[in-house]
Amino acid sequence: MTATAASLPTLDISGTPRVPFGRLVKVELRKSYDTRAGFWLLMTIGILVVLAETIALLVTTINNEAMSWGDFVAVAAYLTGLLLPVLGIMLMTTEWSQRSAMVTFSLEPHRPRVIAAKYLVGVILTLLTAAVAIAIGLICNVIYGLAEGGSDWHFGMDGLFGFLITQTLSMTIGFALAALLLNTAAAIVLYFVYKFVLPFVFGIASFYLDWFDNASKWFDFERAQAPIFEMSVNTGAEWGHLLVSGFIWLVIPLTIGLNRILRAEVK
Amino acid sequence: MHRGGGVGHSVLMINVEGLTRRYGTFTAVDDVSFVCQPGRVTGFLGPNGAGKTTTMRVMVGLTPPTKGRVTIGGHLYQDIPNPGLHVGVLLDASAQHAGRTGREILTIGAQTMGLPMSRVDEMLELVSLDKTESRRRLRNYSLGMKQRLGIAHALLGDPSVLILDEPANGLDPAGIRWMRGLLKGYADRGGTVCLSSHLLNEVEQIADEMILIGRGKIVASGTKDELLAGAEHTTSLVTALDNDLLAKKLTEQGISVTPAGHGLRVETQPVEIGRLSVEHGIVLTDLRAAEGGLEELFLNLTEDTQREAVPAQPAAAPQQGASA
Repeated sequence: MTATAASLPTLDISGTPRVPFGRLVKVELRKSYDTRAGFWLLMTIGILVVLAETIALLVTTINNEAMSWGDFVAVAAYLTGLLLPVLGIMLMTTEWSQRSAMVTFSLEPHRPRVIAAKYLVGVILTLLTAAVAIAIGLICNVIYGLAEGGSDWHFGMDGLFGFLITQTLSMTIGFALAALLLNTAAAIVLYFVYKFVLPFVFGIASFYLDWFDNASKWFDFERAQAPIFEMSVNTGAEWGHLLVSGFIWLVIPLTIGLNRILRAEVK
Repeated sequence: MHRGGGVGHSVLMINVEGLTRRYGTFTAVDDVSFVCQPGRVTGFLGPNGAGKTTTMRVMVGLTPPTKGRVTIGGHLYQDIPNPGLHVGVLLDASAQHAGRTGREILTIGAQTMGLPMSRVDEMLELVSLDKTESRRRLRNYSLGMKQRLGIAHALLGDPSVLILDEPANGLDPAGIRWMRGLLKGYADRGGTVCLSSHLLNEVEQIADEMILIGRGKIVASGTKDELLAGAEHTTSLVTALDNDLLAKKLTEQGISVTPAGHGLRVETQPVEIGRLSVEHGIVLTDLRAAEGGLEELFLNLTEDTQREAVPAQPAAAPQQGASA
């Protein structure tokens, strides 16, 4: 920029620091629960975790089935795995459906910082959800131990990390699809197609076609994630499947979506 | 209170330079240049769809320009750190989450800018939103309340520049009067105000400087007096005790006269009528230049850029055809 006479600074900005990233995260976190939709989504996740683990506790004690701490957490993980992507989606799309992005981006014109803050909030809420699931699992396991005369505390660091990683990936897929579509309903539909319809279709195709069974490992991200649960991504092929399918389902939609968000007009 | 500027009228705060924005083949803003100065209210006036909003969106970096640029105090908007502290923006009062309360919307803004929460109460008081109203969700706000909240949001960071798109929209007459006082006071303290409107009366009352835009192009700019200097008053309205006598004398001078209400509409300047009435001893009870000088100018200037043609003309054409 050339400092011609016409563009000599008349606004002194030397004493103003940019908005710290931590503050953006704090604000985005607040925005995730200060509306009814946001608040009840988070409450629903919490309530479902408690309900699911309580039901698991009742059923297993009545039937005298063997349960471990890890098993209780796994029950909750299935449900949160469905709802965390919706959380990831809403963090992103609400700004567009409510058109508040106009205000958000006038207060912080560096859009990547806002998007990064939103993603970090997604990760924070995912970890919080995981912590709740693990805590409730612990309580259930204690009660199970009292009822059945002994608890199995098998959970393990591998299980813990596998749980945290897959939950974060679930949220991230929602976030990526939302960035791509910028529309809550469309992103949720696409996510459920990805989560339920595609594995079903892939399963049938793989059953009849051997070549498809091999090929689908490279683009079926859900299947590629399976080894993470036990933290046993051992072989090079498993890593390859994970990276390639992850690239397809995370990196591609996120890249296209972010490109659009960063360049497009904010209406 | 306000930073920057104040050194006479040569200081530029908002500088729009050769701004063009195209959407495919449609040119929304066509090579527009103008400036807004500190201590003044600049009114951006034009019919709907003239390119006012697009220009203002480019100012704050929400719409990338096709050509040209806008600087605020010498900086591109995106280069201003924590811009809320320097530039107050209200582009669309409804563009907020409908499920948040007014207070919550201001709280989020204040938190982003790093302001104390007392600022939220101050602003709510300034725009006269009471406690109950501030705790209502935005979806239950009237347009006027949304507009007040939007102005409060723009003023949160005590900025030295204000960019307001149609801020009077939805305000009742008392509200418009309140806003006029608010913005005048703000400009008097050295602030720069750029506001848009499609209503001449609004801008005429508030703005020191006017930029008239039609179909993406600036058609005129200047102070109200400068704009009116171009358009001479050649029509007057006059009422005399003896209208018939006055009409007769005027007609004798070759000046055309038509009855209008209780008086006459005369195709000459008021001074000519005054002179004539003194010469002939006709007592006048009312004499003034025909109203709507600025309005006529506005309509004329934006005539070929209006969506609807001015109704008088198409209506007149067939009559002429019939009489011929």
